[in-house]
Amino acid sequence: MRDFSVMTDHPILSVRGLSIARDGKALLGVDHLDLDGPGPTIILGPNGAGKSLLLRCLHGLITPDRGTVTQGGQTLTDQVRAGQAMVFQRPVLLRRSVAGNLDFVLRRRGLSRAARKTECEGLLAQGGLEDKARQSARSLSGGEAQRLAILRALACKPSVLFLDEPTSALDPQATQEIEQMVLRASDQGLRVVMVTHDIGQARRLARDVVMMHGGRVVEQGLAAQMFAAPENGMIRRFLSGGLMV
Amino acid sequence: MQDFTQEFTIALGLIFTGDPELWAIVLLSLKVSVWAVFIAALIGMPLGAGLAVGRFPGRRALIVLINALMGLPPVVVGLLVYLMLSRSGPFGVLQLLYTPTAMIIAQVVLVTPIIAALTRQVVETLAVEYDEQLRSLGVSRLSSVPVLLWDGRMALMTALLAGFGRAIAEVGAVIIVGGNINHVTRVMTTTIALETSKGNLALALALGAVLIALAVSVTGAVSVLSLRGERQGLGHA
Amino acid sequence: MVRQWVRAAVTVVALTTGSAQAADPFIVVQSTTSTQNSGLFDAILPWFEAESGIDVRIVAVGTGQAIRNARNGDGDVLLVHAKPAEEAFVAEGWGVSRQDVMYNDFVIVGPKGDPAGVRGGSDAVAALTAIAQTGAIFVSRGDDSGTHKAELRQWGQAGVDVAQASGGWYRETGSGMGATLNVAAGMGAYTLTDRATWLAFGNAHGLEVLVEGDPGLFNQYGVILVNPEKHPGVRAEAGQRFIDWLVGQDGQAAIAGYKLDGEQLFFPNAR
Repeated sequence: MRDFSVMTDHPILSVRGLSIARDGKALLGVDHLDLDGPGPTIILGPNGAGKSLLLRCLHGLITPDRGTVTQGGQTLTDQVRAGQAMVFQRPVLLRRSVAGNLDFVLRRRGLSRAARKTECEGLLAQGGLEDKARQSARSLSGGEAQRLAILRALACKPSVLFLDEPTSALDPQATQEIEQMVLRASDQGLRVVMVTHDIGQARRLARDVVMMHGGRVVEQGLAAQMFAAPENGMIRRFLSGGLMV
Repeated sequence: MQDFTQEFTIALGLIFTGDPELWAIVLLSLKVSVWAVFIAALIGMPLGAGLAVGRFPGRRALIVLINALMGLPPVVVGLLVYLMLSRSGPFGVLQLLYTPTAMIIAQVVLVTPIIAALTRQVVETLAVEYDEQLRSLGVSRLSSVPVLLWDGRMALMTALLAGFGRAIAEVGAVIIVGGNINHVTRVMTTTIALETSKGNLALALALGAVLIALAVSVTGAVSVLSLRGERQGLGHA
Repeated sequence: MVRQWVRAAVTVVALTTGSAQAADPFIVVQSTTSTQNSGLFDAILPWFEAESGIDVRIVAVGTGQAIRNARNGDGDVLLVHAKPAEEAFVAEGWGVSRQDVMYNDFVIVGPKGDPAGVRGGSDAVAALTAIAQTGAIFVSRGDDSGTHKAELRQWGQAGVDVAQASGGWYRETGSGMGATLNVAAGMGAYTLTDRATWLAFGNAHGLEVLVEGDPGLFNQYGVILVNPEKHPGVRAEAGQRFIDWLVGQDGQAAIAGYKLDGEQLFFPNAR
């Protein structure tokens, strides 16, 4: 099924025998999933498909009832997780200045004052927030706030970046800015795994796609092939907009 | 009622012409209560934050207890602190009874539960909001405490002011452990009680007006400062 | 940063307490509200403090509480007005010895309307009997103070069981003399007060002295040094110096010299 032409040194995220159930209802059941290649990987599916749950398992925010998640063959120890970062649907910004939000992370990396300043300025420039450094992060617009959340994730110097529907509450202009930041990060070698229910966004960003429905992975493959010739009836219906579960 | 209004005006006049003895009393009131709130904050904030993020047996019961202690009767606290600090009590050798320190201790006991309970509330709300984000950044439960305290600083300022209000307005405890000794432990509230018992009601009321003005200006000053801080996005750590 | 704050806090608290102890030598006197509210201490203490360099810190509470505080060792000198209780205090070893200092008298004050018709009398027992019979409201300290004890003695002699009338015409405030006078003024009621507090009281609207001059209303003040053998922390030397001054020529003269509106409040009678 998978035929990735480009093999890189990106770490492989592997899921084995994963299941989560609440009150006797299976929410997630992913028996076997490998995310290799350079990405970006888009996890696509309708609401309630288990996309966000899977992402949180990959990031170690949720411990599954059963099964394992590994990155580069290692379980998600604190050290492995330190190489991951995540951007949430609603940006959770600390109640400090824009620069303060970045500084919080840089400080945790143990950088010197001078190094923090340089890196902070570089990041702000990347997100077009240079002139808002001293402003309260809570006063940013939705798009600016999400950009800052991405910058803060990048400030962690991760090798893997997870994004959970980062643009679902944003207007087209802000969405485009976020997508550009994501593509740029991916181009610079960051392994991006992003959840969305927006097919257009998936087409624009994905190198490979994981299609989910009802808590299960129903299809996985390179975006180019999948969007050209969907194998599965389900994905065909989803792509044509007919699947609204 | 006519002559009372007149008396009150005269008393107010006396006060605002800067009677040094009165200002010494005002300053002592401030000193005692500010110290009490400061120390209570050092104890109450980590305690409240610990209750908010900690997970241990008896946590629920402890939260209920702290909430209940917010309503501690000052007289009872005064009595307990008196029994502790009395020369016949366990800490009698320290000779702290009838000193401002004794008054600070009593007020700390009164104020700490207020600050702890309000801090717990603030931090718990914030902890729910920040939970996934902080775990994503690899911040452990314990090291999340200073982050949550700092980010809740505006709401915590209100908690401190609530504590300060309780401390500065309280008379039952400080009169027992302070003894209302002239020039040593006489504060606004005990002076008001004394003047009332002397039948100098107008003077007592005028002193009450000063006390209220004092509480209002402290609260107002802190509020203005924190509002300005908020607007300027202060707190860039 | 937090650690620095804690260090600063500890330092300042230490300084505050330190300064309180390092200041001039001082003694703590457990005394009564009547001596403080009447302004006596404010008038006479500066003389002693100037002469001795000893700061006198007055804790003014009811006689009963003053004696209990002194028994706990929370005072160096006891200056109260309940002779039997004072003698018991010394007999039990809590005090070194008791000396008379001064006296004044108790008076019965009441509303100008005088519903019990006791005005002008000099027989306290007769007046209280009349008050009890008419059921006019009488406000009592009810706080185990010297004044309260004196009042109860008079009721006992009148053969009136006030415990039974409690809450009816007999109201116990459980407060100091001034607070009790405020209540009496507010209710237009009778009460027994020491003359000094009465003269210094500023809220007497509608009340006046109705009964005075009964030898049974004699109000003796005594002074006692708290026994340092019971409480080693007692500042015995400074305390004794204060007592010596109080019962000596200078102290007695100072007491006699304290007048309010031309009226002498306390009469020195140390031997």
